[in-house]
Amino acid sequence: METESSVTGGYRRRFTGFLRKCMFSVLSMGPVPNHIAFIMDGNRRYAKKRNLQLGEGHRAGFASLMWILGYCYELGVKYVTIYAFSIDNFKRRPNEVQVLMDLMLEKIDELLKEESLVRQYGIQLYFIGNLKLLSDNVREAVERAMEITAKNNKLVLLICVPYTSTDEILHAVEESCQDKLDHSQAVKQTNGSTDHCNQTSQEDHEHDIKVVDIEKRMYMAAAPDLDILIRSSGETRLSNFLLYQSDKCQLYSPAALWPELGLWHFVWAVLSYQRSYSYFEKKRKQL
Amino acid sequence: MSSLAIHLLWLLIHLVISIFFFVLKIANVLESYLISSGFLKKYESINVGKLRYLAVVVDSEDALQINKVIKLVQWLADIGVKHVCLYDNEGILKKSKDIILKNLSCVKLFEEGDEQSLRGKKTMSLEFASQSDGKEALAKAANLLLKKHLKLRSLGENQEEKIFTEAHMTEALRAVGSGGPEPDLLLVYGPVRCHLGFPAWRLRYTEIVHMGPLKSLKYGSLLKAIYKFTLG
Repeated sequence: METESSVTGGYRRRFTGFLRKCMFSVLSMGPVPNHIAFIMDGNRRYAKKRNLQLGEGHRAGFASLMWILGYCYELGVKYVTIYAFSIDNFKRRPNEVQVLMDLMLEKIDELLKEESLVRQYGIQLYFIGNLKLLSDNVREAVERAMEITAKNNKLVLLICVPYTSTDEILHAVEESCQDKLDHSQAVKQTNGSTDHCNQTSQEDHEHDIKVVDIEKRMYMAAAPDLDILIRSSGETRLSNFLLYQSDKCQLYSPAALWPELGLWHFVWAVLSYQRSYSYFEKKRKQL
Repeated sequence: MSSLAIHLLWLLIHLVISIFFFVLKIANVLESYLISSGFLKKYESINVGKLRYLAVVVDSEDALQINKVIKLVQWLADIGVKHVCLYDNEGILKKSKDIILKNLSCVKLFEEGDEQSLRGKKTMSLEFASQSDGKEALAKAANLLLKKHLKLRSLGENQEEKIFTEAHMTEALRAVGSGGPEPDLLLVYGPVRCHLGFPAWRLRYTEIVHMGPLKSLKYGSLLKAIYKFTLG
């Protein structure tokens, strides 16, 4: 039997949901960002502030992520990237790293359930980073999640774990070197080894690695250009996140801790993006 | 009809925001004036030693205002910053390198080892960077690493793990002329808050602060940004 407060609570939720949809229909009169990235900073500080256990801070952060994901979906954002775990974070205390890994396993399971947002909204999960650094059970869960959600196409959630930009660039460089080696091996095999000696220095340069070769091999090649990069907690560093991809995107650092980030921060980020839109379009066309 | 009403509402929201930013700009101008006139005492002594390396990103169209750039760099030298990197995406500042250096006092072009050699001296070292030091330099460094890898492979050893490390990448970038330290602070002079392609390999933990367009360059705002950094 529903109590009176849960009935009014239900009405209030539907009313705020209605207001939010009105707000988003006004926002969508202007350009809507296609790809937003989030550095979810501040969970530990939030836990300390509220005298909670460390894990509770990260749980509150996860709840905040679900809200933000919902807003992105309602507005029509197609790609959301989150910095879930940096390779540098492995240097934290082992029990904290274990708490995070256990939480990740728990949340992946939760996300794959029928009633979760992932199923409801048709969200594709894509894990980005040096997956070899994860323990076997986490890696298996990650691969399973990607397989199960591969056919979803309403919104793509790119989860960077474990990730750093420098590792991504290095990996892309290594892969493009391997591509060049494979290519010249294939060329040698079709032409025969005698032609190898006749290769001029000009041909050498044609076979040089170019920027497009590296970009093709970046983990983030799976996503389009970044439009907004939001870091909570007021920090203005990128902390080795999407350094390569953020060259033509709006940076935004609200002071709120990640679990406190809400609808108005999101709306403000989109409005700032709309104000800068013509500038970024001009820069993109200049390429 | 209702779509028109919604569109008008959108325009109204943006108009209100523009007015808000205009008022904010006036407040910043006033504050900047107070800082540069010495009314706000806390800005008088800045522990500039905490700022080892400063980068300034200028929007390429703004970079054509060479006089403003020269003024900015001279202010930085006078404040006591020892090492500055000037970046603009299209390389306009690089092309104007000679004019800029000619009009500055106590400033020299960046060389490797400046951090040691300039200690205790009044001279500031100035580096110029552009997009060729960013993505293009990564491609050049990749080719260098590939050549190293091929050389070692021809010696019969599998050296993949030893060649493709972050340390070797940093070394390769230095070898192609795009090395240079990681800035502690990056000031963006342009219409939007964006690092405009500053070399990614050097941006890992850099604080990024948006200063506004170059035409509204103010000494007080510059001092405030550096002061806030030294507090943190």
